[in-house]
Amino acid sequence: MTIREDAGDDASHAFVTFMVAGQVLGIPVMKVQDILTPEAIARVPLGPPDVRGLINLRGRIVTVIDVRTRLALTAAAPGKNQGMCVTVENDGELYTLLVDDVGDVVSLPAEAREPVPPTLDSSWTDLAEGVFRMGDELLVALDIAKLLDIRRKN
Amino acid sequence: MDDLLSEFITETNESIATLDVELVRFERESSDTAILGNIFRLMHTIKGTCGFLGLPRLEAVAHAGENVLGKFRDGELPVTPQAVTLILRCIDHIRVLLAELEAAGREPDGDDHVLIGEINAVADGTQTRMAVTPQESNAGDSAPVFDEAGFPVAAELLAEVAQALGPVSDGFPPLGDTFVEPAPEPEPEPAPQSVAPAKAPEAPREASSEAPAHAVSSIRVNVDVIENLMTLISELVLTRNQLMQLQRSQKGGEFKVPLQRLSHITSDLQDGVTRMRMQPIGNAWAKLPRIVRDLCLDAGKKIDLVQRGEGTELDRQVLELIKDPLTHMIRNSADHGIEDPATRLGAGKPETGTILLEAYHESGHIFIRIADDGRGLNVERIRQKALANGLVTEAELAGLSEKQILQFIFRPGFSTAEKVTSVSGRGVGMDVVRTNIERIGGTIEMTSVAGEGTTFLIKIPLTLAIVSALIVQTAGERFALPQINVVELVRADARSGTRIETIKDAPVLRLRDRLLPLVSLRGLLGLGEAKADSDRFIVVTELGSFKFGIVVDRVFDTEEIVVKPVAPILRGNPYYAGNTILGDGSVIMILDPNGVAAAAGQARTGNDGAASAAAAHAGGDLTSLLLFRAGGTELKAVTLDTVSRIEEIDAGAIEHVGGRPVVQYRQQLMPLVMLGDGQSFKPSGKQPLLVFTENGQSLGIAVDEVVDIARDHVELELAPRGDGLIGSAIIAGKATDLVDIRHYLMRSRDNWFAPESVEAAHG
Repeated sequence: MTIREDAGDDASHAFVTFMVAGQVLGIPVMKVQDILTPEAIARVPLGPPDVRGLINLRGRIVTVIDVRTRLALTAAAPGKNQGMCVTVENDGELYTLLVDDVGDVVSLPAEAREPVPPTLDSSWTDLAEGVFRMGDELLVALDIAKLLDIRRKN
Repeated sequence: MDDLLSEFITETNESIATLDVELVRFERESSDTAILGNIFRLMHTIKGTCGFLGLPRLEAVAHAGENVLGKFRDGELPVTPQAVTLILRCIDHIRVLLAELEAAGREPDGDDHVLIGEINAVADGTQTRMAVTPQESNAGDSAPVFDEAGFPVAAELLAEVAQALGPVSDGFPPLGDTFVEPAPEPEPEPAPQSVAPAKAPEAPREASSEAPAHAVSSIRVNVDVIENLMTLISELVLTRNQLMQLQRSQKGGEFKVPLQRLSHITSDLQDGVTRMRMQPIGNAWAKLPRIVRDLCLDAGKKIDLVQRGEGTELDRQVLELIKDPLTHMIRNSADHGIEDPATRLGAGKPETGTILLEAYHESGHIFIRIADDGRGLNVERIRQKALANGLVTEAELAGLSEKQILQFIFRPGFSTAEKVTSVSGRGVGMDVVRTNIERIGGTIEMTSVAGEGTTFLIKIPLTLAIVSALIVQTAGERFALPQINVVELVRADARSGTRIETIKDAPVLRLRDRLLPLVSLRGLLGLGEAKADSDRFIVVTELGSFKFGIVVDRVFDTEEIVVKPVAPILRGNPYYAGNTILGDGSVIMILDPNGVAAAAGQARTGNDGAASAAAAHAGGDLTSLLLFRAGGTELKAVTLDTVSRIEEIDAGAIEHVGGRPVVQYRQQLMPLVMLGDGQSFKPSGKQPLLVFTENGQSLGIAVDEVVDIARDHVELELAPRGDGLIGSAIIAGKATDLVDIRHYLMRSRDNWFAPESVEAAHG
């Protein structure tokens, strides 16, 4: 997937939005490789709790990160739909973020950006890049590198 | 650097490697003109190409070497070790120059007249005289060169050398230990001849006729291209497997035939590419004869390096990785293993020692055997060294068998060499060898008999990229186990008579003569409680000489898998060696038998039996112990892996021979031993026995009851306080005496057989 660099210029930011536990989150669209519905996630016994397992994405093994546990949210109610996966590349490795649902790609002006409120839960402040006003909702932009730096957290 | 030059460097490096081997062979069979012809041709090619490419320094050196070789060929010079050494040094020098040429892209400055002078001195036949009277100058000795009847070729060569040298400046340090005084520089030829080195007038005819044949039958391909192709083939194989599985689950037949063809072609393609990566193991051995030869000259030993199966092919990647370990081990054998001729004769052995280097294929693996008929490893010295290095305590040593003590040589920083020689004894040795071999999924075993020699056996997979793996299942999760470590599968159920016995929580299996420690994959990976009646399979796994069983729910087929490294965030888990995609497209984890073995209480470094007791002290690993009571209420323990079997015999079956209790056990009389004074056999019913076997002899220790199997860190609390005990330790929260089984084995044998047999066995 090739994305031209112009998506983020002119002081605007393009995000792929997704929902986790009712909260709108976003990551820069340039980082996203693929969006898929997960099938057959292979468990990794004794793996970190944030790692849901592994999937096969066209011959590549991709690590599934459970964004819910990563953000210290309660586990999804059982029996709900499987959710969606947003695949990103970090340091040459593929990861896919397991989220409740994937929304639109939005382009937000730089002036809509607010600093991360200090009152936010500490497990979020580390991972959030900023907060954007998006109509009547707030979008929390996540820092991919920090989100995937699971060993540091543990 | 232009293509021509880089190709020259590659080619010349190969020629040099061949020259090394051939020269050593030639030295031994100096009458074989075919070998000499080949050597001459190689040297000549190097010289000719150098001239063509305008590399005067290299050309001059090669030229001087060729000069001597020519005289060997014409029978004008006797083939002496000194002369061969000089040619070898000449080759070494070419190698050095080549390396500099490769690094800098041009021939380095400097000159080589010292070496060339020496070589020429030999060529002129003055060297032998110089050895007697070193003071004698050979400045005038170029005279014979001009003797028309004698050496017309040499005259021409000398002229070339002189011209190539140009103005002489002594900027080059002498190479190693010179054995003759550097000869004065040759007189420059007063009448310069027009020299066209590429024309190579003195070329032997076979040189020009043989070389082109090689060029046609093979081409040079960049390694990266092959690696890339291999990756693609791996993916293709996986895709093929997926398609085949889809096909199997569907009724429709129209894809069947083309799919079959695709499958065949893929297999052929895989074979082809795999073969493309294969190289004869002889390539990794190429420099060994030279190393052994130099070492012999250095140390005044006589060693015959016998090579067998050098045509055995193995993966290029594997080849690269075993090159250094092999070199190291051969050096070890030659330096430490083989004695000097006098010692050998004194020990009633032939003067010339033999090192056997053998490679062969067997059941999908490559075996490499390195055997010497030297002095064997000195168990006593290893024992002392292990003590001195703090690897083990004296009390622990007492409980270790000879074989277990030998395993210490695989520990980091362990070397018994009394003095560091130029080749070995620096203490960076066998642990590195072992690590390197394990890194490619191989294993190494060692046996040594004092006075008779040492044998190493290395087992490595054919190829690294695609491995054969056994797919197992536990708690609904599938895992892959490398086939190389699997020795057998045992189904444990009541009908087959084999069952998993759990003494308290520790599972064991009686497998023929041994108690096999078991690891439950379910428990290891935290996959929940087992169902009591689920069918259990035991994958008997072998690591070096350590065997253990992995308990799983189901065993599927074996499958060819492509090992892929796990994602960085999953690394650090010792149980996984990687992950892979199976034919059906699912992702599974590949288990690392080393990690699983560690969980079985087995120290990774001590790969035989109760070496774990020592390792427990050094590395904090767990030791499996069998706890029992015998005479009195206090707990006693032995390390589990020393126990062959736990038996129950009828009390009535105990007989007495010569006042000592025995029992008929497997067509032998087995002596029975009591541990405590206050102990007695049960008057009736069943008498439990612990059976120990060493060197084919069994010993039964009568116990009152077997209590438990515990896994614990053994920290000896007390010094030995009497015969038959290693000491006391707190095991599973209770004070426990550790029984020294060796003591009882020796004592029983002492009584049973002639006393000297004890000495022989334990020397």
